[in-house]
Amino acid sequence: MGAHGPATQGLMRWVTTTNHKDIGTMYLWFSFAMFIMGGAFAMIIRAELFQPGLQIVEPEFFNQMTTMHGLVMVFGAIMPSFVGLANWMIPMMIGAPDMALPRMNNLSFWILPPTFLLLASTLFMEGGAPNFGWTFYAPLSTTYAPDTVTFFIFGVHLMGLSSIMGSINIIATVVNLRAPGMTYMKMPMFVWTWLITAFLLIAVMPVLAGLVTMMLMDIHFGTSFFSAAGGGDPVLFQHVFWFFGHPEVYIIILPAFGVVSQIIPTFARKPLFGYDSMVYATASIAFLSFIVWAHHMYTVGMPVAGELFFMYATMLIAVPTGVKVFNWITTMWKGSMTFETPMLFSIGFVFLFTIGGFTGVMLSLAPVDFQYHDSYFVVAHFHYVMVAGAVFSMSAAVYYWLPKWCGKMYNESMGKAHFWISFVGFNLTFFPQHFLGLAGMPRRIPDYALQFTDFNTMSSIGAFIYGSSQILFLFNVVRTIVAGKPTSEEKTWEGAEGLEWTVPTPAPYHTFSTPPEVK
Amino acid sequence: MVDVSTDGNITKTVGKLSIVVVAMFAFVFVVMVPLYDVLCDALGINGKTNGERYQVVESAIDSNREIRIQFVATNNAGMPWEFRPTDSVMKVNPGAANNTVFYARNPLAKDMVAQAIPSISPSRAAEYFHKTECFCFNQQPLAAGEQADMALQFIIDQDLPRDIHTITLSYTIFDVTAMAAANAPVAMR
Repeated sequence: MGAHGPATQGLMRWVTTTNHKDIGTMYLWFSFAMFIMGGAFAMIIRAELFQPGLQIVEPEFFNQMTTMHGLVMVFGAIMPSFVGLANWMIPMMIGAPDMALPRMNNLSFWILPPTFLLLASTLFMEGGAPNFGWTFYAPLSTTYAPDTVTFFIFGVHLMGLSSIMGSINIIATVVNLRAPGMTYMKMPMFVWTWLITAFLLIAVMPVLAGLVTMMLMDIHFGTSFFSAAGGGDPVLFQHVFWFFGHPEVYIIILPAFGVVSQIIPTFARKPLFGYDSMVYATASIAFLSFIVWAHHMYTVGMPVAGELFFMYATMLIAVPTGVKVFNWITTMWKGSMTFETPMLFSIGFVFLFTIGGFTGVMLSLAPVDFQYHDSYFVVAHFHYVMVAGAVFSMSAAVYYWLPKWCGKMYNESMGKAHFWISFVGFNLTFFPQHFLGLAGMPRRIPDYALQFTDFNTMSSIGAFIYGSSQILFLFNVVRTIVAGKPTSEEKTWEGAEGLEWTVPTPAPYHTFSTPPEVK
Repeated sequence: MVDVSTDGNITKTVGKLSIVVVAMFAFVFVVMVPLYDVLCDALGINGKTNGERYQVVESAIDSNREIRIQFVATNNAGMPWEFRPTDSVMKVNPGAANNTVFYARNPLAKDMVAQAIPSISPSRAAEYFHKTECFCFNQQPLAAGEQADMALQFIIDQDLPRDIHTITLSYTIFDVTAMAAANAPVAMR
């Protein structure tokens, strides 16, 4: 076992590194930078919606903001952050020396910064950035798109490539590099959820690539996949998009499930309740995600039989999801709970994700969805599952493993302040949006009718609070790395279980060069 | 360190997964797109009418039943032609052949080509709405300032479900001048 550090120093260390910890760190910092950028776009959106009328930006620019906010948050912030976490934690959790394909790992990270630079640069180009919403429905994104759509298509191809390589790497690692004795049903939940997520990515990222390829051909090569005038059909776009898009939302949330399944047992000081059922629930959710896509398009004009099928299939997802929620609650039941920052974020996740799940069940009902469709109710719903789901669990993960990563303890009071400010800010932002949607406010509009003013003002104030709480998060993390209280305890948390807590703190550059024995 | 047999296993895993990736990419073009078209044609989803010219089958005329046919003409965004049905409503008997014309005029000082795309509501009526002649089967060129009466002949199937009393046939007209100039063949609808 060698205690070597990085082979090269300085900038080239990061460019040429094949170390899973270095690459994980880069993914995490990159995704945080994207989180700030996407957050800045959100602040512009909320500032414009602070009061009715057009104050700050032009409607065309507003559309670019909603589009870029969605794209950057989904593909730039949430997905890479979990890939970063996977890079850091999976080898340490299964007792592997590194990822299975370290060089490809380097490539899959380094594709991302230029891709998002390209995407962001469209903001300064003639015609402006993509403005057709993150779902980029044709013909808005083909016939009526700005010229920069071609950059967008290229960008999607690149980030798809990066995700596919990342997923292949994760599967190859989990399948081949587990320590002796680490059977599948002994793997930590985070590894399980990522394994299933990686399969989802491999199945649907190529579909997304195919979709944007069809767009490219429609725009530049005279085909008519989505153009009714040439015998195509714009509705086909929606079917293909959501065939990708629905599994995509589980790609975002499953690793988050994994994170809280690691953290809650630690602070409840009890093993995870119903481990096996958690694994099966995750797999069922992944399977069901492929047969529910059309619930995003109830209003497109489907036969009643189709609406019924997709409605029942969607409602079925509430069953495995409910299994998970009840398992988390049962894990906490009669546990010796303490409420450190990671636990606060995890409980916040369970609570808020469940609210988002309930509104999801409401949206799954085809007849009522005709009212909710494309309203702020939908915006509230998916921010409850994505922000309170993915972002809260990511914050929990950072606080939970940061001491292991850098050997220094974060400031607990500041962490708790971050949680409570986020929690209040988040709910103030998104809870009123349910009412706005039910009252009929459509999404993606820069101006609105007067009766929506109060809730929008509340929502904007909440957004500014939530946004600024992330600055506190950044400050706390940087302060920890620079001047945190050093810790060398292998187990940062009393109740923590798993191989990652058996290596020294801070985690050395190379861990498990000789595989551990798992009993 | 990773031993040789593990290396081989990793290569195998990567190989299998790469096949899945390529297969899923191909799946979009080879399965999803054609399957969508086949399903829409077969089930009349989206009110798509079968693009083929109907082969007339000898059938009795059911004069006891009268179906209201409503015609709707829409211009796609930016399409400047005048375009309207000459009859906005017709009452027809199932089994009988019916004729009507749509009027179109190109008001611009340039030659243009248009393509009309039909849609039928309720969509489950689509498979019982047979066109023996339709201007939508072909592109319609009109020189600058020219006008035309465009013919439509159709038969409502005897088997039309009894609860359907009104059928709406909507045409949207698209400017395909650029596409026609590029000589792209347009699928018939």
